[in-house]
Amino acid sequence: MHSLILAAEEPLPVLPVTSEIIVGAVAFALLLGVLWKFAVPRFEAMYTQRTDAIEGGLTRAREAQEAADQLKKQYEDQMADLRAQAARIRDDARAEGQQIKAELRAQAEEEAARIRLRGEEQLAAQRDQVSRQLRGEISGLSVQLAERIIGNALSDDARRSDTIDTFLSELDGLEPRRDAAPAGGPS
Amino acid sequence: MSAMVAEEILAAEEFVPPGVGSFIYPPIFGEVTKPIVMVVLSAVIIAGYFVVTSRRLAVVPGRSQFVAESFYGIARNTMARDQIGGTEFLRYVPLILGLFSFVLVNNLFGIIPLFQFPTMSRIGFPVALALFVYVFYHYAGFRKHGFVGYFKHALFPPGAPAFVYVIIAPIEFLQKFIVQPVALAIRVFAAMFAGHLILVLFAVAAEFLLLQGGLLAVAAPLSFIVAIAFTFLEALVMVIQAYIFALLAAVFIGAAVSEEH
Repeated sequence: MHSLILAAEEPLPVLPVTSEIIVGAVAFALLLGVLWKFAVPRFEAMYTQRTDAIEGGLTRAREAQEAADQLKKQYEDQMADLRAQAARIRDDARAEGQQIKAELRAQAEEEAARIRLRGEEQLAAQRDQVSRQLRGEISGLSVQLAERIIGNALSDDARRSDTIDTFLSELDGLEPRRDAAPAGGPS
Repeated sequence: MSAMVAEEILAAEEFVPPGVGSFIYPPIFGEVTKPIVMVVLSAVIIAGYFVVTSRRLAVVPGRSQFVAESFYGIARNTMARDQIGGTEFLRYVPLILGLFSFVLVNNLFGIIPLFQFPTMSRIGFPVALALFVYVFYHYAGFRKHGFVGYFKHALFPPGAPAFVYVIIAPIEFLQKFIVQPVALAIRVFAAMFAGHLILVLFAVAAEFLLLQGGLLAVAAPLSFIVAIAFTFLEALVMVIQAYIFALLAAVFIGAAVSEEH
């Protein structure tokens, strides 16, 4: 079709010119080829990368959170375990201490009882010995006293009391214990 | 060129409104005219733009990547994914992106100084694009449903009583194999044609009024202002038409590959 500027021969604008269809189609086909080969794959690759970056980041964050939670739980469990263990050890120690104390006390009491027993036995032995000794001495003294009383004339009271006084003063000089003397003496 | 033509006409001192002549350019050489050069140029510009911007795409976009990505996102998500859906929409992203950008740039040529001609007002170009869409969406249908299966899918929408198909099938055929692609081409052509005609009309009128002198010259700025106002309106129409063209292509493909009506 010829495009003349003459107004009288103007072609209808709705009738396409063949060369324009061909050029339009070829130009668009080439554009399509470039977009299909270069632009679109690059954009899609970037979209994939971006989705990956965003979702990957979220996933990584979630994983880190989970790991941290797990670790925290682990630590808490461990702490609880340790606390329980410490309490158990303390209880054990206390019980053991009490036991030891009780044992020691029992031992000490036993020891004390033994010492007391020995002391008592010693005392008893000493007393026996003393009383045995005293008895011998008293019997001797009694005999002496009796001889002296019988030797003197026991006529008056003054003389008798004098005699007793003399005896007693002798006893005093001999032995500080007084209670032993009257036991063997006459009344 | 058209201005010069108009000037010559105006020499007769009779106002002749611009007509079809405004859309006809003399060949530069052979059959190559200004619109043909512009169409080729637009393809080069768009291809260059997307090749350059997609060279270093970062996960966190910079400013220029953000612009390219927004544009790509409209074609990919708003049109291809929402209309075609499934996983197969990715196959048609280059087509939708190409249609949207190609029609948009060629339309916008109409208000860009020096170009000042919407190439889509030459019907040959929309027809070429509509042919692409035609081939693609029927190919998509045949590929998805098989030869007989696609005809059954396209011409016999389920849910109608058997005798109604006598009426429905021819209508569906007419609709899908003739009317839709033809309307697709004519829609953008008519919008660009009318828009350009209006712009030229007011520009030529302003010039005529100014040259006439006297009281008429007072009206010239008014005509000029209207021309500028229409330029803004045209910018809007150009974007919308490009959007509609690409969106409808996606809708056709979506209908062709849909599982059921």
